[in-house]
Amino acid sequence: MNYAVLVPMIGFLLVIFFIGYWASRKLSSSSNFVSDYFLGGRELGGFVLAMTMVATYGSASSFLGGPGTAYTMGFGWVLLAMSQVVTGYFVLMILGKKYAIMARRYKAVTMIDFLKSRYDSTAVVLLSAFSIIIFLFSAMAAQWIGGARLVESLTGLSYNSALFLFAVSVLVYVTIGGFRAVALTDAVQGAVMLVGTLVLLIAVIIAGGGIPNIVNDLINENPNLVTPYGAAGNLSAAYVSSFWILVGVGVVGLPQIAVRAMSYKNSRSMHRALIIGTIVTGFIMLNMHLIGVFARPVLPGIEIGDKVIPLIALETLPPWVAGIVLAAPMAAIMSTVDSLLLLVSSSIVKDVYLNYVKPDATLKTIKRISFGVTGLLGIIVFLLALNPPELLIFLNLFAFGGLEAAFIWPIVLGLYWKWGNKYGAIASMATGIVSYIGLHFYNLENGNLFGVHTVTLPVLLSLTAFIVFSLLIGRKAYNYNISAHK
Amino acid sequence: MEETDWRFKIAHREAWIGVGLALFNFVWWFGFAYGMGSRPVEEYSYVFGLPDWFFYSCVVGFLLIAVLVIVIVKFFFVEVPFEEEEDSQ
Repeated sequence: MNYAVLVPMIGFLLVIFFIGYWASRKLSSSSNFVSDYFLGGRELGGFVLAMTMVATYGSASSFLGGPGTAYTMGFGWVLLAMSQVVTGYFVLMILGKKYAIMARRYKAVTMIDFLKSRYDSTAVVLLSAFSIIIFLFSAMAAQWIGGARLVESLTGLSYNSALFLFAVSVLVYVTIGGFRAVALTDAVQGAVMLVGTLVLLIAVIIAGGGIPNIVNDLINENPNLVTPYGAAGNLSAAYVSSFWILVGVGVVGLPQIAVRAMSYKNSRSMHRALIIGTIVTGFIMLNMHLIGVFARPVLPGIEIGDKVIPLIALETLPPWVAGIVLAAPMAAIMSTVDSLLLLVSSSIVKDVYLNYVKPDATLKTIKRISFGVTGLLGIIVFLLALNPPELLIFLNLFAFGGLEAAFIWPIVLGLYWKWGNKYGAIASMATGIVSYIGLHFYNLENGNLFGVHTVTLPVLLSLTAFIVFSLLIGRKAYNYNISAHK
Repeated sequence: MEETDWRFKIAHREAWIGVGLALFNFVWWFGFAYGMGSRPVEEYSYVFGLPDWFFYSCVVGFLLIAVLVIVIVKFFFVEVPFEEEEDSQ
């Protein structure tokens, strides 16, 4: 067991626990438990907002799977990863001020609250809650597997014990601290990622004898590695560009991101978050994926993509620095997991239980149920992750794509297009999900239809469905100026 | 019936700016990557050791977008209150 690596990582985890505990003390004195637990009382400042968005988004796929793929594919995959810079500004600019204003007007605490008030429809709420629970479950499982693998490769523990350690760490502070704890720890974790990736990139460049040297080695091994087309020349421009939808603009439709776009204090926080978010996202993505490519000549022959980052850190850095740097992907995974966990439990508690099962529940009951559901969900995911599927990154993207296809239009057009109505929203969600799942299996069998990523067509189909059904059935202009029912 | 909330006009304009910026971002990224990157590898030149298409598309592209976001936010985005004026508690 490598104590020099473990000590800084454990120190990092302790800091995270402390923040969770501190946030929970603030929570117990709160007068509005639901809004505080699931939304942090709408008081995030610019820095924390930017970091929580980056950290939520920068998941195991960008920290382990992404660089691992860049290791095999070369610069083409870094190019693909850089399509994520757009998320840094796009989500906040598109949802932006109108979403912030409407969310306050509707008193919305979750993304589903927003949809509920906008479309005034039980079917919309239940369909959304259902898709969030199903899809984010698979995303969470993927992240837990990533976290456990990382702990496994660092500590030498067995996969099951590593998973257990990881699960306990996450559960403790999500359950007690709620959204504020999650957002605050995200800020710390985001800062760790930023510094960690930079240190590791520099170390890898030095180990490889400078960038020109590394690039030369790559060309000598396989010239395709430095082209945009991937090692085997099979990354087409259309395929790579379609990731602009999946990991770029489509992120607007992700509930865990959308909920953050209603959590900030004022316009100034939003403006600061736009700038910080863009810079931090671009910086982390560029560094992380370049590390993956540069690691190839330095440490050839790594078979499992997810292990590239841990191995290269242990190879090129002094052990205690490696411990701190490897806290970065750990941070990314934990912050994604905790926000997903909170989101799934908010769908169950806030959107289903409080809306339909027991609207008049007492504060004490709500608290008990919130803690209980969050904890129970964690245990279920833990059990699922015990027997993990192989391809981490694709499982994760499956969930992302499905949610994007379901939610992007009901949110965006619900916000800006007055003719949008509940029939359009239901049709759009159903079309998005069904066509996504159908096409996913079609593409597995036959290769990508039109050479683009699975998400592309369902997003277009759900747009069509939204517009057609909104105009055909119950056509009525929505008035954004009247307040929703109180 | 009240008229359209004045804040919505600002919000709509800023959302369109976001769409425009994303389009520009995409064109820059795509243009340099596939415009320069589809030449044979022997013809690539290297900036700071990186292949030229990658340097302009991803490194310069990212820095340019970061600068544009700063300029847009500082000079074109307007601060508005989010709370309702009528029923503030």
